[in-house]
Amino acid sequence: MKEIHVSKITEAVKKLCIDANYYLTDDMRKRFEEAKEKETFPIAQGILDILVQNADIAKNENMPMCQDTGMAVVFVEIGQDVHIVGGSLEEAIHEGVRQGYTEGYLRKSVVNDPIERINTKDNTPAIINYNVVPGDGLKITVAPKGFGSENMSQLKMLKPSDGLEGVKEFVLKVVKEAGPNPCPPIVVGVGIGGTFDKAAYLAKKALLRSTDERNANPFYANLEAELLEAINNLGIGPQGFGGRTTALAVNIETFATHIAGLPVAVNINCHATRHAEVHF
Amino acid sequence: MEKRITTPLTDEMLKDLKAGDSVLISGYIYTARDAAHKRLVELLKEGKELPFDIKDQVIYYVGPTPAKEGQPIGSAGPTTSYRMDAYSPALIEVGLNGMIGKGKRDASVVEAMKKHGAVYFAAIGGAAALTAKCVKSAELIAYEDLGAEAIRKLYVEDLPLVVVIDSEGNNFYEIGQKEYLNSTK
Repeated sequence: MKEIHVSKITEAVKKLCIDANYYLTDDMRKRFEEAKEKETFPIAQGILDILVQNADIAKNENMPMCQDTGMAVVFVEIGQDVHIVGGSLEEAIHEGVRQGYTEGYLRKSVVNDPIERINTKDNTPAIINYNVVPGDGLKITVAPKGFGSENMSQLKMLKPSDGLEGVKEFVLKVVKEAGPNPCPPIVVGVGIGGTFDKAAYLAKKALLRSTDERNANPFYANLEAELLEAINNLGIGPQGFGGRTTALAVNIETFATHIAGLPVAVNINCHATRHAEVHF
Repeated sequence: MEKRITTPLTDEMLKDLKAGDSVLISGYIYTARDAAHKRLVELLKEGKELPFDIKDQVIYYVGPTPAKEGQPIGSAGPTTSYRMDAYSPALIEVGLNGMIGKGKRDASVVEAMKKHGAVYFAAIGGAAALTAKCVKSAELIAYEDLGAEAIRKLYVEDLPLVVVIDSEGNNFYEIGQKEYLNSTK
């Protein structure tokens, strides 16, 4: 059985928190280049240039792209043949977040309780999702989530009769209502199916997928393209100042659902769409 | 063409700033976001003095990342403004005449802006590393316990902004988006 010591996990999570916040991913840089070619509106072109410039400064000076360095959302895919030694896996992850946010000069944006609201001062606890898979691998993804965009996310339990049209309408409604608030251009994560909680999980998970990759099912890959086009016809534009580039990508994830239901969750992410992963 | 302005904002400057104008602002501005706004408005309700003279001043909605050694501030882009909507009219009433953030505002804020004369600017959301370059000094002046949410007095040079809502209530989010959609027809 493969053994992994918790200290390695803490070290890895710490680095992922910092890397995700400092460095824009290669796929997002490509999306920016494509958007710049298609954008015709002068103010929108200017904003896209500024955002790429910002990512360059962050990279060259090792500093966060955005001041909202987020709540640390962590996805753990653990092989059933892996043995974690030296302590608790969960505590090792929280410790990695604690060290990453402190040593990386990231903002501590977490409060202890939704009503009492006292800052925990080390950005813990993280939101951790576990998945047990076959084999002896361990994959950890850290996706710091800012709340300017998180607050613009919505979930709706549609009726089966609402169908595909209902899903499209809801996604467009959420993006329209968000308008300039989530710092467009955005990336839109859509979760369709499952239960109330599963749909939200799928929408979040959709945001982890590289925007280079389309949904493996051609039907949903087409829907991603169609929704992206429809969103970019809304006219919101970068920062909401008008323009074509409202979204850089739409990622959809789906799951089986109940005969009576059609849950749809839309999780909005800003242009930075931060995530970094490590494999053991 | 960019307009260069220096704080505090005078009535003439307010009149000259129109929705859609690109502005480079210099001078002292104050940071405050959700928790600090709540405390400021509670002080007003109790008839107590605010921790700084707010007359003709500008508040920037920002919670920066911690500053590295030798730097005045970390990344410092705008946070979404609508969360301050519940508090802004009371502050505008006592003299605040400039707000910097991002995103939509409530009608009650726009009404107060028109009545008392105030301008709402947007900084570039997400361009926080770039914005940090414009901050030359930062002094913590109140609510240290709030961490990133404490009130800081910043000295900024040529911070790039766009006038989103001017003192007449014109809204650049509406104007800009309409203009773009018309351009594609």
